[in-house]
Amino acid sequence: MPAVSKGDGMRGLAVFISDIRNCKSKEAEIKRINKELANIRSKFKGDKALDGYSKKKYVCKLLFIFLLGHDIDFGHMEAVNLLSSNKYTEKQIGYLFISVLVNSNSELIRLINNAIKNDLSSRNPTFMCLALHCIANVGSREMAEAFASEIPRILVAGDTMDSVKQSAALCLLRLYKTSPDLVLMGEWTSRVVHLLNDQHMGVVTAAISLITCLSQKNPDEFKTCVSLAVSRLSRIVSSASTDLQDYTYYFVPAPWLSCKLLRLLQCYPPPEDGAVKGRLVECLETILNKAQEPPKSKKVQHSNAKNAILFEAISLIIHYDSEPNLLVRACNQLGQFLQHRETNLRYLALESMCTLASSEFSHEAVKTHIETVINALKTERDVSVRQRAADLLYAMCDRSNSKQIVAEMLSYLETADYSIREEMVLKVAILAEKYAVDYSWYVDTILNLIRIAGDYVSEEVWYRVIQIVINRDDVQGYAAKTVFEALQAPACHENMVKVGGYILGEFGNLIAGDPRSNPLVQFNLLHSKFHLCSVPTRALLLSAYIKFINLFPETKATIQEVLRCDSQIRNSDVELQQRAVEYLKLSSIASTDVLATVLEEMPPFPERESSILAKLKKKKGPGAVSVAELEDGKRESGELNGGGERGQDAAAMAASNASTPSPSADLLGIRSSVPVSTTPASAGSLLVDVFSEAGPAAPSGAVNDDGFLRDLEQPTETSDPLLVEGSGDSE
Amino acid sequence: MMRFLLLFSRQGRLRLQKWFTAISEREKKKIIREMTTMVLARPPRTCNFLQWKDLKIVYKRYASLYFCLGVEDEENELLALEIIHRYVELLDKYFGNVCELDIIFNFEKAYFILDEFLMGGEIQETSKQIVNRAIESSDMLQETMEEYMSKPAF
Repeated sequence: MPAVSKGDGMRGLAVFISDIRNCKSKEAEIKRINKELANIRSKFKGDKALDGYSKKKYVCKLLFIFLLGHDIDFGHMEAVNLLSSNKYTEKQIGYLFISVLVNSNSELIRLINNAIKNDLSSRNPTFMCLALHCIANVGSREMAEAFASEIPRILVAGDTMDSVKQSAALCLLRLYKTSPDLVLMGEWTSRVVHLLNDQHMGVVTAAISLITCLSQKNPDEFKTCVSLAVSRLSRIVSSASTDLQDYTYYFVPAPWLSCKLLRLLQCYPPPEDGAVKGRLVECLETILNKAQEPPKSKKVQHSNAKNAILFEAISLIIHYDSEPNLLVRACNQLGQFLQHRETNLRYLALESMCTLASSEFSHEAVKTHIETVINALKTERDVSVRQRAADLLYAMCDRSNSKQIVAEMLSYLETADYSIREEMVLKVAILAEKYAVDYSWYVDTILNLIRIAGDYVSEEVWYRVIQIVINRDDVQGYAAKTVFEALQAPACHENMVKVGGYILGEFGNLIAGDPRSNPLVQFNLLHSKFHLCSVPTRALLLSAYIKFINLFPETKATIQEVLRCDSQIRNSDVELQQRAVEYLKLSSIASTDVLATVLEEMPPFPERESSILAKLKKKKGPGAVSVAELEDGKRESGELNGGGERGQDAAAMAASNASTPSPSADLLGIRSSVPVSTTPASAGSLLVDVFSEAGPAAPSGAVNDDGFLRDLEQPTETSDPLLVEGSGDSE
Repeated sequence: MMRFLLLFSRQGRLRLQKWFTAISEREKKKIIREMTTMVLARPPRTCNFLQWKDLKIVYKRYASLYFCLGVEDEENELLALEIIHRYVELLDKYFGNVCELDIIFNFEKAYFILDEFLMGGEIQETSKQIVNRAIESSDMLQETMEEYMSKPAF
């Protein structure tokens, strides 16, 4: 029932709220609000000084209006006045207003800080707590500057009341998070750690949050907390449910405190001291044991609290990653939860197992649950749970089960939620590359990805498949054949056309012998998709066409016909027009030798870190992709160069490949010397530009023949790479 | 730590919003919109957890009100559920069989109760008795209207 009877019912407020609720339309509501705002404005500006009660009421009304979603641009002064009142309820409303409607007016900030300072030094615990709350709610830099030195003093002073200590701890935490440079370590730090031993559980609870945050930034300074935390935890875990009185939550002793202690321990490696470590292991075993006992209550709150501690303990065990016995037990416990009736527990078990999968001790144990997880992926009705199952499959993937897992993820992708498709695509691509023994499987997987979720296949993914095909001779023919078949589908995704265009352009000759995929057939296939594609794809296709002219001279006439038509050479897009014009010219004036040199097969790409991993990491935030994975990516990309060429060698080879036709420079009689330079391609280097997908700068004016030929000698890896690997790459 | 707590009805009307970090009004409105859409779209008998950007969303429906807590990645989801439950218990103790109307008409009290229990995105006091006592004692500090009217205005 509304607490109007508890002395303070602000009747005017209740009436106003009723009025608003009774408004039949948005317009009526706005009208009523404006009327009230006008009323309040006039009262604030009025001649008579308002009494505290009224001021409180009007400020509260303003707050209500603001929380409904309307802007309030006055009332701050009155709220600040309320702060200085020594009536608790007025202060309370004043602080609430200020906390919610933070203002950056410096004059007001000065006044607010003054009021807070007065309250902090008032020795009245209720007022002190209000002030501390306000600082914690607002946490602005100005407040930090004013109070960051005062609050630690309050926290560790002997005569501070418990409730104030709690508020001070959390207030300090807030300030530390927003302005860490203003909270200086001092003699208070050692005393803060000893708050872990305080008799008052509430103080310990608040202090732990502070200590945990401080430990993360200054682990050495606070490392004495580990043994204190272990003994505290041990006392709680072994206590009977009556010991902790009101801190027992539905028959579970101090669940919040236990979880916080366990989380604090996760900031540090396992304790070195044997006795402390022994005690901790005992604790963890007790917690695991309790999970097997019958529940003391049927209420969901009891099981939630109990399982919360269990999951946190499992997190700690995973973090330590050093007790095989505990790890296996944790894995088994999670395995039981995987098939629990309660959806929440299945969700959390899947989530927890993900971290367990990366530990070498338990990786095998996790893999034993693969069938359950696949089943979850297929049958769970809750999309959150399915997503966790997909995450776990990704985490548990290794050489032994990669084919199975990738197949399952692909079939899941067919019906997956749109919001998660991009991430799934990245993951499948990473797995396919990492565990490919047979690269034709890898090519199949990526092409399947494009077929199933083409819209969500980002550039990094299809760049990668092309890089790999270029670098591995053994899969080039297969790739050409597969891509050719894929393009036959009546509705194929534009990304497929891009990949197909590129691969056929480079390796179409490998399948040209078969009459079903002879050069003209290939060209017609590509060209049939031409008009359906966007400009960048068409640009790529034009490049493929000129490569065809080089590979298959018999197609020259047909292709030139296409290049010559108005829709190409007069195309409104500058890039397309330029390519059409230049390719046409190139095909007509260059001799076959020159053409062959210019359009020589792309050299292998140099080894580099997979940008797909980087993109996945960016998507999921830091910490989502382990360092091991990133290093793996580096190592694996070395395998790209199947022939064993690496970095510099590839560059040298490319340079030498490109420089062999130095005689050709003389063919056209333009220049005699052929510099083999490693300068990066300038914007004017047309030839390299032509293959660049990253929207090259349009060169000025007409084709420069000189520049045209000079660029033959450019080592390709220092110039704009053919397929730019995303903007994150800094070369 | 917790980043925000939102209470909204099944029609998506916001009843309470508590933010534990400083973000712009625009950002707040965006989050409110997304939370209400996401949570109200959840079918029954699904789990109480969602992943949203880099936060975990823990939500639970009590009668006509959805309680939606946005927490950081390291938070324990099950405990977050219990934080919501504890808050509801506190409201219930204070108002007696609390319902949505109580929170509408006494919104400032709902904030005050929340403030006794959570602070700076962390739980401050987990003893129900202590929190109740604090709330009740602050009620005692309230004077009646007569007392107010008889005191001089400052």
